[in-house]
Amino acid sequence: MAILTQPAPIVPATTAYPPGHEPVHNYLREPAPGPDVKGFARYWFYFKGWMTTKDHKRIGIMYLISIATFFGLAGILALGIRLEQFTVGETFMTADTYNRVFSMHGIVMVFLFIIPSIPAALGNFNLPLMIGARDVAFPRLNLFSLYLYWIGAAFILYSMTTYGVDTGWTFYTPYSKETGTAVLAVGLGVFIAGFSSILTGLNFIVTIHKMRAPGMTWSRLPLFLWSIYATALVQVLATPVIGITMALLALERFMGIGIFDPALGGDPVLFQHFFWFYSHPAVYIMILPAFGIISELMGTFSRQRVFGYKLVALSSVAIALLGFLVWGHHMFTSGQSPISSVVFSMITFLIGIPSGIKIFNWIATMYKGSVWLQTPMLYALTFLFLFTIGGVTGIMVGALGVDIHLHDTYFIVAHFHYVMMGGTVMAMLGGLHYWWPKMTGRLYSERVGKMSALLVFLGFNLTFFIQFIMGSQGMPRRYYDYADMPWLEPLHQISTVGSWVLALGLLLVLINGIHSLFRGKLAPGNPWGAVTLEWSACSTPPHPHNFHATPLVTHGPYDFYAIYSGDGAVAAGEPAPVPDVTIGASQPDKPGDETS
Amino acid sequence: MFLISVFLAMQDAAAPEGRTEFWTDGGSLWLPPQSSTTAHIIDNAFYFILYASTILTIGVTIAMVVLAWKYRRKSHAEHPRPVHESKLLEMSWTIIPTILTMIVFFWGFRSYMDTSIAPSDAYEIRVVAQKWFWTFEYPNGMVVQNEVVVPAGQPVKLVMSARDVLHSFFVPAFRIKHDVIPNRYTYVWFNAPEEGVYQVVCTEYCGTGHSNMGAKIRVVGRDAFYEYLATGGAGGEDLPPAEWGERLYSSRNCNTCHTIDGSAGTGPTWLGTWGQTRAFADGSSAVMDDSYVLESLYNPGTQIVQGFQPQMPSYESLMSDRDVRAIAAYMRLINGVATAADTSLALPEAAVDSTEIETTPAGPDE
Repeated sequence: MAILTQPAPIVPATTAYPPGHEPVHNYLREPAPGPDVKGFARYWFYFKGWMTTKDHKRIGIMYLISIATFFGLAGILALGIRLEQFTVGETFMTADTYNRVFSMHGIVMVFLFIIPSIPAALGNFNLPLMIGARDVAFPRLNLFSLYLYWIGAAFILYSMTTYGVDTGWTFYTPYSKETGTAVLAVGLGVFIAGFSSILTGLNFIVTIHKMRAPGMTWSRLPLFLWSIYATALVQVLATPVIGITMALLALERFMGIGIFDPALGGDPVLFQHFFWFYSHPAVYIMILPAFGIISELMGTFSRQRVFGYKLVALSSVAIALLGFLVWGHHMFTSGQSPISSVVFSMITFLIGIPSGIKIFNWIATMYKGSVWLQTPMLYALTFLFLFTIGGVTGIMVGALGVDIHLHDTYFIVAHFHYVMMGGTVMAMLGGLHYWWPKMTGRLYSERVGKMSALLVFLGFNLTFFIQFIMGSQGMPRRYYDYADMPWLEPLHQISTVGSWVLALGLLLVLINGIHSLFRGKLAPGNPWGAVTLEWSACSTPPHPHNFHATPLVTHGPYDFYAIYSGDGAVAAGEPAPVPDVTIGASQPDKPGDETS
Repeated sequence: MFLISVFLAMQDAAAPEGRTEFWTDGGSLWLPPQSSTTAHIIDNAFYFILYASTILTIGVTIAMVVLAWKYRRKSHAEHPRPVHESKLLEMSWTIIPTILTMIVFFWGFRSYMDTSIAPSDAYEIRVVAQKWFWTFEYPNGMVVQNEVVVPAGQPVKLVMSARDVLHSFFVPAFRIKHDVIPNRYTYVWFNAPEEGVYQVVCTEYCGTGHSNMGAKIRVVGRDAFYEYLATGGAGGEDLPPAEWGERLYSSRNCNTCHTIDGSAGTGPTWLGTWGQTRAFADGSSAVMDDSYVLESLYNPGTQIVQGFQPQMPSYESLMSDRDVRAIAAYMRLINGVATAADTSLALPEAAVDSTEIETTPAGPDE
């Protein structure tokens, strides 16, 4: 029988697991070592089990822990930035420290958090599950990518121990050439982490092409995977350019070959072209997977087909390809020729259109649906609001004349935080809540989840909306002090207070997650009533294989009506919204409990 | 001369110049006052997009809230029938935004063309940017720092280049901005009809002093401008060396890196250093005297005091011999060892009393 003709029955937590899916096979659990392994060797056994795993689910979890750590680290730096801006003049750090803090905030957020965030963590975990495969195409390469990412991260963190870099995340020459040597460590880190990104992308492309379950045609591919696919294309095609750029920087520094440094006959604007030729497509590496998550959430929580499936799917690919042709819009004031500025401005508007279409389609998905306002859906709606603002301000800075005034001001800072944080991070949070029961086997508290979503929404807007106004009033970005513009102080203070609310909201998300791991109610196999393949397995998928038998796909990813209608309809079990459930800690299904 | 003394008095006044408030000073919630003849062109485009965006965002939000509320789930047994996609609807929200964005593109393009090309009769001033100050050179060779005086109602073209790293010249009130690059000339132009003082900020990150790299554009009437040009602008010819040095200390941005209160900045402090032996990073040392100051200003790389980075640019082309000696005099003043010649332009008392005029040289320092 086709696996999708019925949603997976909700498996009561302690009974009747299908063969091969018993708690002992839970992927989070390492089979217990023999009785002769004692003391430290026991820890080593578990550690080795995880460090040498080729299971995409475990690799995804390790990515998740890593990116969450870096998000926390860079987030603390961001709080420092906001606190420093609280008053005119020195608040609590010097100019040199401030320059290092905002640089590390940008570098860690971009290269260690947001680029790997959704594809490497949620993508790794879900991709094989969603196409009904055992694993990705190259599991060993997948593990290697994770190691590369860690090595790259180590170089970047190492630079912090030597008082960091002060170039901003953009490393513009010739400044980056004459400032301290830590730039080289960071450059090497970015170079190595870039390979992690390329190899992950390659792995995903091959997996999606070759390992889909029988019946899963391209038009039945969940939209999350369409956008992961589009992202992977960009990763493979664009990332080498940043590697080459970093290599050229090193060559210039060590061998004195004039490439970017005007003192050696190089051209600093060339560096900007190289840098943005990667870093603009990289923006789509960051946002496209978020589009995918929003598609999943809008469909599942509206119990409707995602409106205009084909248009949404293909617009992801269109954005990925057009994304290669707009890098010059970062350089309208840089001295590039006005003709290229005009062309880049034009293409920038073209790329805005598919993004707009997606927003309209997502909203239309709710029409005549059954909208379930759980935490993931709240994040999805938050995304729609914030991303719309991020999008229309993108139109504003894409307009040539207007950008001359707004370029390199807080307006830009606010714009990309609306897109990256209001877009990608909101989608990431939504996706994390959505797949949390699948990843951990536990339910988080809905009440705390909704509260944190509200705090994040309020804090985010308080922090960043005011920055649009500061920017259009003329506050330049990367400014340690604003002594020439003291009238900005109250606006900065509003933004800083907002950052505290935002931090509180995010802290609540973390607490909710950790609490659920230990005290959360056991999750049913399909708590949201979703119909994509990953929900058809039991609560946490088994290790090493994902499915007891290769599934046969007979429906599209959002054919709720076809699946549920007719015979009494199996409704989704509503997770209890209260955190004080008593089952949990003592259950044999607890992840990491090897005594069963 | 009256104008000059008024001008100098204005410079000395402690009251902040330029913008002191926002929104209530003729600007709007979103934009500063329009102080150039082209600002309104940019602003019109800005407001068109702002209003269109606001309408769109409100529309999207209302649609989202209404649909989410109207179709909210009341029971888990709900299994809505799939909605048939409307090709017309999809076409409409593809084509209408396309038309809208093309309008925005052309508006942005027009506003760029209308504001970026300098008129041929513009008055040209050369601008050199370096860490962390701006130097302006008038056609007559006069050089000033961090404050440029320009005539009102006259197109002014600033031809810019950088000496070290990238900088960017941004005047919010004029809506002009352009990067300043080491290996080529770039320009901005403006025509400010109203007299006043306008803030210039650097908007391309350039290191420690980036946020202090401001300048002022002082727009004055035509007559005052000619007067300013004729008198050499900077003034101060009649100031005693130490006072002139004090003015240079702030106007040439020495204060960005060097304190006079004993604390270390990007560079060493000036307090308590005069006459001391300074140890350098390369192991050598020298006594801080007039020659030391000259060498530090003209060839700063040769005397890096231990514990500091080689950050300082050369001032060889920016400071005259008189400026160098004025800086040294100012250092002596703050260190309490100033000579009579440092602080007074009058001849020493003894010389005035003497009848042997020819034996009283007006020596430079001692």
